[in-house]
Amino acid sequence: MSASALAPHRELGLTDSEYEAIRARMGREPNALELAVFSLMWSEHCAYKHSKKLLGKLPTEGPHLLMGPGENAGVVDVGDGLAVAFKVESHNHPSAVEPFQGAATGVGGILRDIFAVGARPIAVLDSLRFGELDSPRSRYLFDWAVKGIGHYGNSIGVPTVGGEVSFEPAYEHNCLVNAMCVGLARKERLIRSAAAGVGNVLVLLGARTGRDGIGGASVLASAELSDEDASKRPSVQIGDPFEESKLIECCLELLERETLASLQDLGAAGLSSSSSEMASKGEVGLDLDVARVPLREAEMEPFEIMISESQERMLCVVEPERLEELLVVCDRWDVRATPIGSVTDTRRLRVFDGDDLVGDMPVEALVDDCPLYDLEPERPSAPIYPDPPARLAGDEGREETLMALLGAPSIASKRFVFEQYDPIVGSRTVRRPQAADAAVLALANDGGNGAIAVSIDGNGRRVACDPYTGAVEAVLECARNLACVGAEPLGLTNCLNFGNPEKPHIAWQLTRSVEGLRDACLALGVPVVGGNVSLYNEGGGGPIYPTPIVGMVGSLPDPGSVPRIGFAQDGHAVALVGPFEPALDGSELAKLRGRLGDSLPAVDLAAQARALAELRKTVRGGGLPTAHDISEGGLAVALAECCIEGGRGASIDGLEASDEAIFGEGPGGVVIAGPREAVEAVAGARVIGTVGGEALEVNGALSVPVVQLRDAYEGAIPAAFA
Amino acid sequence: MRFGVVRFPGSCDEVDALLACRRFGDADLLWHKDRDLDGVDAVVVPGGFSYGDYLRAGAIARFSPLMETVIEFAREGGPVLGICNGFQVLCEAGLLPGALLPNRSLRFVCRQVDVVVENPDTPFTRACARDQVLSVPVKHTTGRYYAPGVPEEQVVLRYAPGHNPNGAQDDIAGVCNAAGNVLGLMPHPEHAVDPLTGSADGGRLFESLARPEAAGSAGRAGFGIAPVA
Repeated sequence: MSASALAPHRELGLTDSEYEAIRARMGREPNALELAVFSLMWSEHCAYKHSKKLLGKLPTEGPHLLMGPGENAGVVDVGDGLAVAFKVESHNHPSAVEPFQGAATGVGGILRDIFAVGARPIAVLDSLRFGELDSPRSRYLFDWAVKGIGHYGNSIGVPTVGGEVSFEPAYEHNCLVNAMCVGLARKERLIRSAAAGVGNVLVLLGARTGRDGIGGASVLASAELSDEDASKRPSVQIGDPFEESKLIECCLELLERETLASLQDLGAAGLSSSSSEMASKGEVGLDLDVARVPLREAEMEPFEIMISESQERMLCVVEPERLEELLVVCDRWDVRATPIGSVTDTRRLRVFDGDDLVGDMPVEALVDDCPLYDLEPERPSAPIYPDPPARLAGDEGREETLMALLGAPSIASKRFVFEQYDPIVGSRTVRRPQAADAAVLALANDGGNGAIAVSIDGNGRRVACDPYTGAVEAVLECARNLACVGAEPLGLTNCLNFGNPEKPHIAWQLTRSVEGLRDACLALGVPVVGGNVSLYNEGGGGPIYPTPIVGMVGSLPDPGSVPRIGFAQDGHAVALVGPFEPALDGSELAKLRGRLGDSLPAVDLAAQARALAELRKTVRGGGLPTAHDISEGGLAVALAECCIEGGRGASIDGLEASDEAIFGEGPGGVVIAGPREAVEAVAGARVIGTVGGEALEVNGALSVPVVQLRDAYEGAIPAAFA
Repeated sequence: MRFGVVRFPGSCDEVDALLACRRFGDADLLWHKDRDLDGVDAVVVPGGFSYGDYLRAGAIARFSPLMETVIEFAREGGPVLGICNGFQVLCEAGLLPGALLPNRSLRFVCRQVDVVVENPDTPFTRACARDQVLSVPVKHTTGRYYAPGVPEEQVVLRYAPGHNPNGAQDDIAGVCNAAGNVLGLMPHPEHAVDPLTGSADGGRLFESLARPEAAGSAGRAGFGIAPVA
């Protein structure tokens, strides 16, 4: 075996006590293959050893839930016999090492999670974080991560319908690439991953197995990146969307024919984790023969075959008498299918190399027995993060301030990004990026009556100010985006991107954020259906901002009456709705003025939940062409976006002309516009102005032509690449 | 009118095209490994990344068993519509003049564009008026049409001023063969058949084909091979 396999357990990321625990469960010294498999299965990435106890606090029950955490993806019932599967996952560390393949395989991986439950992937969304765009490295990571997402998503025929990008110095050394996929299935076609039926055949589908991504889970996802990250390049997987496209169609046809007993994707830790998790869920054992695995390069060691993270592979279980049928379908799709083992009653994962038994491990020890650690949270006594560099002195006029905010890359139009994605393939997309606050997908071609809406949100800087309230706000913003298109949230998926949880201040951020997520989900009655944790995001410059990313799927009855962001017609009344108490703490303006802050105003969750329900009711009532949530940059930026998208100005006169009122941020506020009588009939609506003219005029405090607003907003990101 | 929509491995928009065709006639998918067109009256070669578009966009698909029959069908005057990757395939197959080069930006671009009907006297545009403007999306990386000396009457669709997304020669968005029975275009008419999803303008192309006078190949033998699902 190669030198790395003989390396001591510590080099594989296991502590001395973890190694002792493995020995005790094996009843002997593990051999090199077994140790390699254990090191991955007991890594943070696979075992959630620092987060599992905390995640248990999240509510996971809901009236629409069909599959919750523990399956490949969460699934909710959207009516008419249809089910929607969705999940968000990170591919942060691979993207920081090689952004194109890292981001591309992030998309490929999350797609597999979705069709592994039997759902056809119908939408991808991405949440991205990079350092500031004046950093050449951040521009490089941003540019190539976007290209990678587009490469995979566009080539595979799944639309990328939404997402978000922001830029903060705290992500300079550790960018975040979170990808969410949404899939659609008829309810009776859903499948679980539990291996079933002793004597059934284990079949490996898809790409050949190579040396790419070996040890990715332990090496990349579970330790801090150091300056030598370039040396980890061989650990980054390479994606082939064409292979995955065939794999999707092939798997969906096998499911349609009910050929399979179970199905599981190969993700982190490759065959090791997919096989042991299938066996664990099915309470069975598996025998598999690595000599039968089709290889990309000759003479791979058995341990390499077991832990390779080569992409575009699936593992399934099939009854022996249906194997021939499976092989015929796979041949039709030119998908490689290789029987590599069988289901046993031993509750052990036994690995053979031809006739030689080269590994024999108790399934339970691999999957369930990794020690779980308690966090030791401690609120830091001093600020963790430096203040951001000041870009505004603070004495600018309001017009100049508004233009600076619209041109701030985190706020500016992401057209540069979304024009590189295909948001329309599938013929479901009713609202494309930047048209409405959430993407809307009609289900008419699938036998449904209504539509689903999807959004993904998070604001690490605000979570850095206050981990509890920041996390609450992420859930509220996502729900508000859905409410702006009339959708009721059915479930939530999250990706918790944090630093090293073994450090008390990171443990505190993580704990408080999860408590915030929990309370917000409970207040809104939305279950967490699954998600992912990405820890140890600490590059050379210290930890990233704590960044819980929240994705939600909601349903709405009528895609024909969904409001847009843009003002629709001159003469429409503009109004504010919702419990909005803007403040400069944690705002984009505070950032531009060089202040991070260490608190956020408390949020009244009950009032927010009531307002969301009210807004949803209003939107569903129809007759409201414009609705846009107030977020980064406050009311002035929201109004400017309504003007830019609508191509018309507005006169706003019912406002206090203070920085707080105009640029302050906080949850709950929504701008609506429409015929005066319709707007005035909305309960709690406060009319603040009228659509019309060629400029946005606020209280006589600022007046900027819409063309100038558009130039600042649309020009900022392209200018960074000029 | 029965449309046949080709499905290669790696096709992305074949179901979209199928749904669009079914708004105006009957339509079924045709499997790339078959050699039989199953008696269809018109063939649509859809968008996507056939065979992964490895080597060069459309270069491998052009050699698939089904394409041999499609080429024969086209040479006999059967209407063939190539959209995006389908356009690339038809150029590779020699059914259309010119080639598609990488976009001037060297990036994938998806946006709604206006295209102008330059030639309404084709089986694909007979439901349109000359100079009619259609709002249709584009989405591609390799869409810069290049065909020095292509005859003006073969230019069927042109990007409206300011709407050329890829640097195509003379703003050409769609071009037909000399006989007029093969059309290739980079914009996606199948993604513009319903106002709910953005525009219905692209429907005019399918409507044109479905008009009775366009069904020039009706009666072409159906050899009774079951359509591929």
